[in-house]
Amino acid sequence: MRAHRPTVGLFVTCLVDTMRPSVGFAAVKLLESAGCDVIVPAGQTCCGQPAYNSGDTADAAAIARQVIEAFAKVDYVVVPSGSCAGTIKVHYPELFADDPKMRDAVQRLVERTWELTSFLTEVMQTGPIASSYPHKVTYHDSCSGLRELGIKAQPRALLAQVEGVELTELQTAETCCGFGGLFCVKYPEISGKIVDAKVDDVLASGADTLLGGDLGCLLNISGRLHRRGANVHVRHVAEVLADATGDTPAIGEGK
Amino acid sequence: MDSTARLFPENAHRALEDRQLQSALARFGEGFPVKRRNAIDRLPEFEALRDAGKAIKEHTLEHLDYYLEQFETKVTEVGGRVHWCTDAEAARQKILEICRASGARTVTKAKSMIGEEIGINEFLEHHSVKPVETDLGEYIIQLRHEPPSHIIVPAVHLSKEQVADAFRAAHPQFPSDRVLEEPRVMLDEAREVLRREFLSADVGITGANMLVAETGSIILVTNEGNADLTQTLPRVQIVIASIEKVVPTLEDATTILRLLARSATGQELSVYTTFTTGPKRPEDLDGPEEYHVLLLDNGRTSMLGNEFKEMLRCIRCGACINHCPVYAAVGGHAYGWVYSGPMGAVLIPNLIGVGEAGHLPNASTLCGRCEEVCPMRIPLPRMLRQLREKQFEAKLSPKPIRWGLWGWAFLARRPALYKLAMRVGVGTLGAIGRRRGRFRSLPMASGWTQARDLPSPQGPTFQQLWSARGGRRQ
Repeated sequence: MRAHRPTVGLFVTCLVDTMRPSVGFAAVKLLESAGCDVIVPAGQTCCGQPAYNSGDTADAAAIARQVIEAFAKVDYVVVPSGSCAGTIKVHYPELFADDPKMRDAVQRLVERTWELTSFLTEVMQTGPIASSYPHKVTYHDSCSGLRELGIKAQPRALLAQVEGVELTELQTAETCCGFGGLFCVKYPEISGKIVDAKVDDVLASGADTLLGGDLGCLLNISGRLHRRGANVHVRHVAEVLADATGDTPAIGEGK
Repeated sequence: MDSTARLFPENAHRALEDRQLQSALARFGEGFPVKRRNAIDRLPEFEALRDAGKAIKEHTLEHLDYYLEQFETKVTEVGGRVHWCTDAEAARQKILEICRASGARTVTKAKSMIGEEIGINEFLEHHSVKPVETDLGEYIIQLRHEPPSHIIVPAVHLSKEQVADAFRAAHPQFPSDRVLEEPRVMLDEAREVLRREFLSADVGITGANMLVAETGSIILVTNEGNADLTQTLPRVQIVIASIEKVVPTLEDATTILRLLARSATGQELSVYTTFTTGPKRPEDLDGPEEYHVLLLDNGRTSMLGNEFKEMLRCIRCGACINHCPVYAAVGGHAYGWVYSGPMGAVLIPNLIGVGEAGHLPNASTLCGRCEEVCPMRIPLPRMLRQLREKQFEAKLSPKPIRWGLWGWAFLARRPALYKLAMRVGVGTLGAIGRRRGRFRSLPMASGWTQARDLPSPQGPTFQQLWSARGGRRQ
């Protein structure tokens, strides 16, 4: 155990904040049980990725400055999303590449920022909360987390410690689900075709639950599964790791 | 070639509705990716080779003028001629001039994407010179009067029944009741037709996979051997290549060849890898008497000086296309111009303009698989994003997107206001949707609900709940 309890700033992400706060609370529970003090800075909104990926670098940079300032004082910034963490760690430095005044502040943020499952396994070197989820599950590796941050083994290592979880892999675990941020509403037909292939694979896996670490992808896959009338539960991996599935319906499921 | 890139959404819609195309794309599927993976697993130094290949190309692009001039000197020394062409029109005119000077009526062609880029076939036909494509896939699409749908497998969008139909229509010399079901039988028929064309052609036009500066050689890679017949049999040979194809030495070329076939088809080496240097020498038994190389710029030099320079490392292996989820969904024709997939989405706006081809860089999920497999480590997602920046700066992106983004960014830059807006919006949606858990349709969200249900927000926002519970803020 560490002598010092690190202070972690939770970067909630806009999708968790608005669509599924239970993921944020699961993250808080995991971080506290790992021995962290958790704060949620009030100055945060979004990481700026929608602006950045739409070519609006001025707004993206303004939002990034806000994030840098809001999280200036914490030991770590933890994000329950590989995509938003990737924006901070990989793309903020690109955004301020020509701004020497910002370089140090950006670098300090980059070094302290972690995606949730990699923070738990690599920094805190801890497991999940004593949790149980007796289901056959499968896992979607979201593109940004996988390719920008190398998140693949971390959530699986944590899931292996959850009682009752039987993990079966997708053929296409590393293939994009067709979400792509604004892509899915700008090109809905193509996005629909791509997510259909993912849904086919999920159904072929025989799993009753699909887990992942990025809410955007999960909303997309869950939405298509439901549209096709499939009975597969979709959840953020943090909810399973924090034993927080009991009274929280899965994504897109009613009370 | 005329562009329909502007109509990408309509093209994509048609492609998604085309059941025949969809089954061809499904067959294409993971074939090449699996073969590539296996080939790379057999070559432990593959990652080091990628670094070496990238370094060769970077060095060459830094000294492009030097190596191109060295190449020209060497080609001239062995009796060939080099023609510098700034754009497609200059290249077309030069080719026509060479064909006319030799009295050519038939031209055989080996597959060349530069040939597609300058639209050489239509141009020659228009001027009464008959071009005959000799790569089987290119031959098939030439019969069907359509462009390639993939840079290395041009007819990948077709079924064998469609090929049989094209052959029946184009080959009246064979019995009309012949059975054309087996690919082998169709191949034999094409071979019989093409053999005559090879023997009677006056000029052979090929592309080039690489140009070697130290020797003045060109390198051609095929799996059918058609390029070899195209360059050895006619009296005149024309090579058309864009300027970034040059590499300094034979050693450099072999490094890139080791990357090329593995990345493209998972082969260790393509079946035919041919090095050709100049026209026939007195002691040679065969080969062209006249030998021309056209070096085409067509927009490349302007890329040399901007943020898209790294695209010029591309060796046209097609790995990014083979791994692209968007290409897998809509195929190559939807992109509306010569190239397709991620490399096309970067190259096309650079060559024909971001105004015409603005959809292409947007029609990407930025999943990053293209960069992951690119043997030259080209940062394709970064360049797709930079093209979006150009559009945004030029106010070319669609108004609803720009306004939506503006409104969202206005809020996102004002945390207190943002929290309030989210609370109101999410509270309303959550109250309506919580019981059922999702929406089948929703005003203003048809882009989402067209293809999938929209999961309902759980209710209050996280920020609201955190404040209510007295959670720490600092």
